[in-house]
Amino acid sequence: MNAAMAGDGAATEAAFLLGRLVVVPDRSGALWLPEERTLVVADLHLEKGSSYARRGVFLPPYDSAATLASLAAAVTRHAPARIIALGDSFHDRDAGERFGGAERATLAALQAGRDWIWVTGNHDPQIGGGLGGEVVASLSLAGVTLRHEPDAAEAGFEIAGHLHPAAKLRLRGRALRRRCFALSARRCVLPAMGAYAGGLNLRDEAFRPLLGTGFSAHLLGDARLFRIDPRLLLPD
Amino acid sequence: MVTPSPLPSAFTGWFTSRGWSARPHQLALLEEARAGRSTLLVAPTGAGKTLAGFLPSLVELSQRQAVPEAKREGLHTLYISPLKALAVDIARNLEAPIREMGLAVTVETRTGDTSAAKRTRQLRAPPDILLTTPEQLALLVSHRDAAPFFASLRRIVLDELHALVTSKRGDLLSLDLARLRSLAPQVSAVGLSATVREPADLQRFLGGSDTPAGLVTVKGGAAARIGILQTPTRLPMAGHTTGHAMGAIYEAIKAHKLTLVFVNTRMQAEFAFQALWTINDDNLPIALHHGSLDATQRRKVEAAMADGRLKAVVCTATLDLGIDWGDVDLVVNLGAPKGASRLMQRIGRSNHRMDEPSQALLVPSNRFELLECRAALDAVAEAAQDTADARIGALDVLAQHVLGVACSDGFDSDALYREVCTASPYAGLERADFDAVVHFVATGGYALKSYERFAKLRQDKAGHWRATNARIIQQYRMNVGTIVESTMLKVRLGRARAGKPGQPSQVTRGGRLLGEVEEYFAETLTPGDTFIFAGEVLRFEGITGNEAVCSRAAPGTDPKIPSYAGGKFPLSTFLAARVRAMLADPGEWDSLPEEVSSWLHAQRLKSRLPKPGELLVETFPRGGRFYLVAYPFEGRLAHQTLGMLLTRRLERARMRPLGFVCNDYGMACWGLGDMSAAIARGALSLDELFSQDMLGDDLEEWLAESALMKRTFRQCAVIAGLIERRFPGQEKNGRQVTMSTDLVYDVLRRHEPEHVLLKAARADAATGLLDIKRLGQMLTRISGRIVHQPLDHVSPLGVSVMLEIGREAVYGEAADEILAEAEAMLIEEAMA
Repeated sequence: MNAAMAGDGAATEAAFLLGRLVVVPDRSGALWLPEERTLVVADLHLEKGSSYARRGVFLPPYDSAATLASLAAAVTRHAPARIIALGDSFHDRDAGERFGGAERATLAALQAGRDWIWVTGNHDPQIGGGLGGEVVASLSLAGVTLRHEPDAAEAGFEIAGHLHPAAKLRLRGRALRRRCFALSARRCVLPAMGAYAGGLNLRDEAFRPLLGTGFSAHLLGDARLFRIDPRLLLPD
Repeated sequence: MVTPSPLPSAFTGWFTSRGWSARPHQLALLEEARAGRSTLLVAPTGAGKTLAGFLPSLVELSQRQAVPEAKREGLHTLYISPLKALAVDIARNLEAPIREMGLAVTVETRTGDTSAAKRTRQLRAPPDILLTTPEQLALLVSHRDAAPFFASLRRIVLDELHALVTSKRGDLLSLDLARLRSLAPQVSAVGLSATVREPADLQRFLGGSDTPAGLVTVKGGAAARIGILQTPTRLPMAGHTTGHAMGAIYEAIKAHKLTLVFVNTRMQAEFAFQALWTINDDNLPIALHHGSLDATQRRKVEAAMADGRLKAVVCTATLDLGIDWGDVDLVVNLGAPKGASRLMQRIGRSNHRMDEPSQALLVPSNRFELLECRAALDAVAEAAQDTADARIGALDVLAQHVLGVACSDGFDSDALYREVCTASPYAGLERADFDAVVHFVATGGYALKSYERFAKLRQDKAGHWRATNARIIQQYRMNVGTIVESTMLKVRLGRARAGKPGQPSQVTRGGRLLGEVEEYFAETLTPGDTFIFAGEVLRFEGITGNEAVCSRAAPGTDPKIPSYAGGKFPLSTFLAARVRAMLADPGEWDSLPEEVSSWLHAQRLKSRLPKPGELLVETFPRGGRFYLVAYPFEGRLAHQTLGMLLTRRLERARMRPLGFVCNDYGMACWGLGDMSAAIARGALSLDELFSQDMLGDDLEEWLAESALMKRTFRQCAVIAGLIERRFPGQEKNGRQVTMSTDLVYDVLRRHEPEHVLLKAARADAATGLLDIKRLGQMLTRISGRIVHQPLDHVSPLGVSVMLEIGREAVYGEAADEILAEAEAMLIEEAMA
């Protein structure tokens, strides 16, 4: 297993092989594919706040800005040539219309000078016009399929999102619950990057057919990722 | 000379028929009511408070009856009680005099249990007297027909007012009272209260901040007979179980008719109940009553008490308030009383007649608590009170109220602001804060105005604010109230089926429901852990959905004692000051039990005892680590905050702190750096360590990550209506709410730190779970008065602090260190 240098040089981030594709989980929740110079992000859920606001639940209207800011940090670290947004990039079909001017400009700046691919998800089966990029249902990179919702029937290698994996552990009487990557020999499920996106516990039934027992959990800490033995993980 | 009775003949006749006569305070209240004045009645238990409260209404209603053409005029009297059960109890108690005097007065209750049909009918054809709770009042006040419904109201009776005003429920009630004063200008109120430290606070609450109510005080009856239980076993250095005293308590129960055994936490209740049954050779009917038990089980216990079928009940604060469940002749208080006023109210549960002394026994569980019990006895003897300071109205509660008013008839900002300021908790409310709250309710109140088009409130041309649509009103009605339960999990008795090897065991559901536990308690359990609940030792099997599934533990299993048995009420400032004074005065020690006075003498010999104004700090080495113990006596919450902040500073001072522990009396922290040596060579200054600027940046930094702060924010968000407990048509479970408010908190704190909801959460933190206010007062008090005692080993007082269970690791809130440690566990295994 080889190691790829993180962009800021402060921390060496671990690299793994998915088939013949080198993948590097990033502390932002993005997945860096150094050989493809591609950054994959999942479940941005942009405009989730304003989606709630339509029902009179006025969550702070800063979630899209916060989500794009963590994406921007990962982009600065890796300077990708291509960004793939792995579905549920927008919280609902009308989210594009509510997407504010400042956020639009941030997105455009992130897209400038690189390829941008929107993979559609269940929350955003269509991506509205004027948001740039190419829209696809799934794609394949170096023999690995990238799609929004993981498919248990997938016989090859897969990178997916959709499930919002999160892991819980307890140590010294303190319980911690963090978003995480779930990585097995054939599959990587990305954590959700959206500021208001919740998490599904890795011990949930939904993960069993996808991960089997031989997988590792990479929890998002404040400063770096932490690889935790799945046997330490607790159900909610 | 005969003074004409102020009572109509039916009433004097009724009093005479029962061999009674109206008491002076009952007549005084009648007089005040006739003059249209609001009045606070402060009286001990058994003084006929309830009758005094209702007498003016009954007299007025009976005289209305004398005028035959008087038609039903609508609601006359509104009675508000903190407990649903109390309202129902009072309704029953009013029936007798009304029936016996032949009055044509209707009395009904309106609680969460009232059927929809009855509620609708009550709005159309209200009874003369309606008995209800603050939450139901809020719903009535926000009703679209609130104005005509309350137009006829003449009288408000507030029961157990001292208990109502100490929480956010009191804030909400004060706002609704202000509303009622506007809707029914002729209304007058009477508040019934136990003795309090500052009756003037309650008078303002009752009458309005500018028009305080009058005061009628009834002096206490026979002095209570209170003692500290003598036990043959020596008092332990630390601990909270009072296990040493169970035999003596059992003997006391045997010698009385009905004993209430009060404890401070559910866990202590479970322990005491278990311990008493272990030695219950006579099979005495001893029952258990606490808020986490299933309601039907509680009702059974209450009924059995009322029927005289029980010998003792182990109970928590759920039985603090004034329901007469039976003929209690002894109150036992396990653990320290924490406050003198609370103790007196509990003691009042025994012997509900003024002329007979109440009997009570205090049972300290450790040596510090003995000092505290002693201080409480002195306070009771001189009738000193230490009820809490009047509250400053919470902004989240105001937000809920503003939405409620918008749901009824709408409001004009200027008028509503003036009205809100008449509610005493909000007398000092700044107009800017009020406006911020209105904007919060309308569109979220964010600097970024992106939600205008989704506004919940809109202004019409005349500037009148109204709820935008019927769905907003429905949402409000489903989420009213200020009691945000900590997320609870139902405890169900299931059965564990052994799983395949290497797989977790399967738990079947469908067993009996035992009650509820806080989620954060369940989180500390691992499958296989045992704990006491509902009087049984249970084995935790796992969490399924919203249920903690458990099985019965094998007979003879030792339960795992939970870590927060210390009690949820912090030591009152008043008792703390007395305990400090007692420590400083060796002359008082002779009257203490031998093991306690020798403990103090040993402390004086081996270390020192602080003078009343001083803070004693001891430092010493122990087992390869270095300890610092301080004795502020400011209560567990303030000490916990102190511990968090102090260890941050010790970290910066390179003392490499590892953890801390605290109780109501002191705080001990330890680390790898030699603090005695650092102080001696001037590298560490205690004055700087304990300086007040701790509450500046350090506090801010810590709050950003603090789980307690997040919990506080969640409560504010729910009360203010940012997050809904319930959506129409869909129950949102608490576990989902916990998740999302943490995310919302993080985003809001980073993007709009001055938002009104964060302001509300910080105000709560000051007095609530973090008790920053008290910590601040302590730091001011001890500034320049720290006495340092370097020692070779732990002092006698220090032992009692350090034996406290529930240690906090120093990185307390910093998650990365915990994750790193978990990661290392994998690495270690890989290297092995």
